[in-house]
Amino acid sequence: MAVSTAAPEAARVKARRVLPGFGLAMGTTLAYLGVIVLLPLAALLLKSAEIGPARLVDIVTAPRTLAAFGVTVGAAALATLFNAVYGLLMAWVLVRYRFPGKRLLDALMDLPFALPTAVAGIALTALFARNGWFGAPLEGAGIKVVHTIVGIAVAMAFTSVPFVVRTVQPVLEDLSKDIEEAAATLGAYPFTIFRRVIFPAILPAFITGLSLAFARSLGEFGAVIFIAGNLPMQTEIAALLIFIRLEEYDYPAAAAIAMVLLIAAFVMLLATNTVQFWLTRHARKES
Amino acid sequence: MHSRRGAQALVIIAVVLTALLIVTPLIVIFAEAFAKGWAVYVANITAPDTRHAILLTVLVAIVVVPVNMAFGLAVAWAITRFRFPGKKLLLTLVEVPFSVSPIVAGVTYIMLYGGQGLLGPLLNAWDLQIMFSVPAIILVTLFITSPFVARELIPLMQAQGSEQEEAAATLGASGWQIFRRVTLPNIQWALLYGAVLCSARAIGEFGGVSVVSGNVRGETNTLPLQVELLYHDYNTAGAFAAASTLALIAVVTLALKAFFESRAGHRATV
Repeated sequence: MAVSTAAPEAARVKARRVLPGFGLAMGTTLAYLGVIVLLPLAALLLKSAEIGPARLVDIVTAPRTLAAFGVTVGAAALATLFNAVYGLLMAWVLVRYRFPGKRLLDALMDLPFALPTAVAGIALTALFARNGWFGAPLEGAGIKVVHTIVGIAVAMAFTSVPFVVRTVQPVLEDLSKDIEEAAATLGAYPFTIFRRVIFPAILPAFITGLSLAFARSLGEFGAVIFIAGNLPMQTEIAALLIFIRLEEYDYPAAAAIAMVLLIAAFVMLLATNTVQFWLTRHARKES
Repeated sequence: MHSRRGAQALVIIAVVLTALLIVTPLIVIFAEAFAKGWAVYVANITAPDTRHAILLTVLVAIVVVPVNMAFGLAVAWAITRFRFPGKKLLLTLVEVPFSVSPIVAGVTYIMLYGGQGLLGPLLNAWDLQIMFSVPAIILVTLFITSPFVARELIPLMQAQGSEQEEAAATLGASGWQIFRRVTLPNIQWALLYGAVLCSARAIGEFGGVSVVSGNVRGETNTLPLQVELLYHDYNTAGAFAAASTLALIAVVTLALKAFFESRAGHRATV
C-alpha cells in the first residue's frame, strides 16, 4: 500500500523539478518583497519602538487621537452596517434574478474600486453639499450630511461596498438549490428558507466581506477628507490625523497612530480568518 | 405569485439604490466638469499644472506597471510551479499591501527614507533625496499596487497546472521557450487584466502618494493630487475637469474587465 502511493508521489516531485527558473523566480520575489514591502514596514516598526512605551501611550491616549479613533471606528461601523444590507441585497439580486440591465448593474458594483478615492470624495461632497442634488432636499428635511460623521460614513460605504458584494456573490452562485427546493416543497416560507438554509451557508463569506469592508473603511483617506470637514475632536479621522502630524514634523506621533491602524488591520485579518475557520468547521460538523 | 412580486420589489430597490449611490456620483463629476461649457473644460484640462500632473501620472504608471507585472510573474511561477516550505507565508506576505491603509504605506516610506527615517542619515551623507520627489511617488505606488498582477495569475496558473510546461521541458525546451510558447499564451488575458487593474490603481492612488509627494505644484503633483489642490483653491470646475479624466479611466477599466471576463470565461477578481 505504502509503496503504491509513494511511487507516483515521488514521480510528481521529480517532475516538478523538471521546470527551470525556481531560483530566479524565488530570488526576484523575495528581493522585491524585502525591499518594497518588508523594509518600509520594518522601518515603521523600529521607529515606533524607538518612541518608548510611556510616550507611545501618551500619544495614543491623547484626547484628539482618541476622538479621531472614535470617529473613524464609529463611521466605519455605520458604513459597514449599511453595506451589510445593501451589499447583501446586491449580491442576492445579481445571483438570483434575471432582468434587463443585469450585466451593467453587475459591472457597476466595481466602480467604487475603479474610481480614484479623491474623485469619489469630491463627487460625493458635491452631491451632499447644501446646494447639491442630494444635499438640498436633505437639508430641507433637516438632515445634514457634509461635515458630519454621516458624511464620513457615506464616503466609507461607497468605497467599501464591493468587498461585501464580491465576497458573497460567488458563494451564493455555488449554492445548490436542492435544499432550498426541498424546504419549499415542505411548505417553508421564502423568508424561513433564507434564514434557515441560505443565510447559514453564506455566513462565512458574508462575515469576511463585512470585515474586509470595515478594515478598508478604517484606513480610508481620499474619499473621506473632502466630505468630513476635518474638525478636530469632531469629524477628524485617524488617517487624516497621521497626515497632520507629518505636516507638523511630529514623526513619533505619526508613526504611533499609523502603528495602531496597521495593528488594527492585521487583527481584523486574523479575526476574519479565525471566524471563517470556525464557521466552516461548524457547518461541516452539522452536515 | 407572492415570491415573484417580492423578487420584482427587490430588483427595483437594488436598481434605485445603485442609481442613487453609485451612478449619480459618476454623473455629477461630468456635470460639474462641463458646468461652465466646453471651452472652459478644455482650458482646464490643458492648464500647465494639470497637464504636468497628467504627464507625471502617466510616467509613474509606465514605471510601476511593468515592474509589478514582472514581480507578479515571478511570484506566480514560484508559488504555482514548485513545492517549498513556507509557501502559505509567502502568499500572505504578497497580499500584505492590500491590508495596509495607503496613508500607513506612505508613513512606512517616510520612516525609512525620510530625514528622520531609518536610512535618513545615510541618504543625507550621500546627498540623496528620495522623499518628497518623484522616486518616492514611484516607490509608494509600487508598494500599494504590488499584489494586483500576482493575484490574477496565481489562481489561474494553479488551476491550469504544469503538465504542458513539464512536457515542453522534457522535450528539451529552454526556460525562455517554455515561458514564451507555453505559459504566456495560457495566461495572457489574466496578465493583461492584472496590468489594467494595476495601472488603474497606480493612476488613481491618492493617500499614499499624498504623504510622500510634498505636493509641489507643477513638479510632484500627480493627477489625483492636482484634483485636491484645485478643489482647495476653490477652482471647482478645474478640479472636476481633472477628475473627469480619472473617472473616464475608471469607466474604461470596467469595460476592459467585462471584455477580459468574456475572454477568460470566468469571473476575474477585483
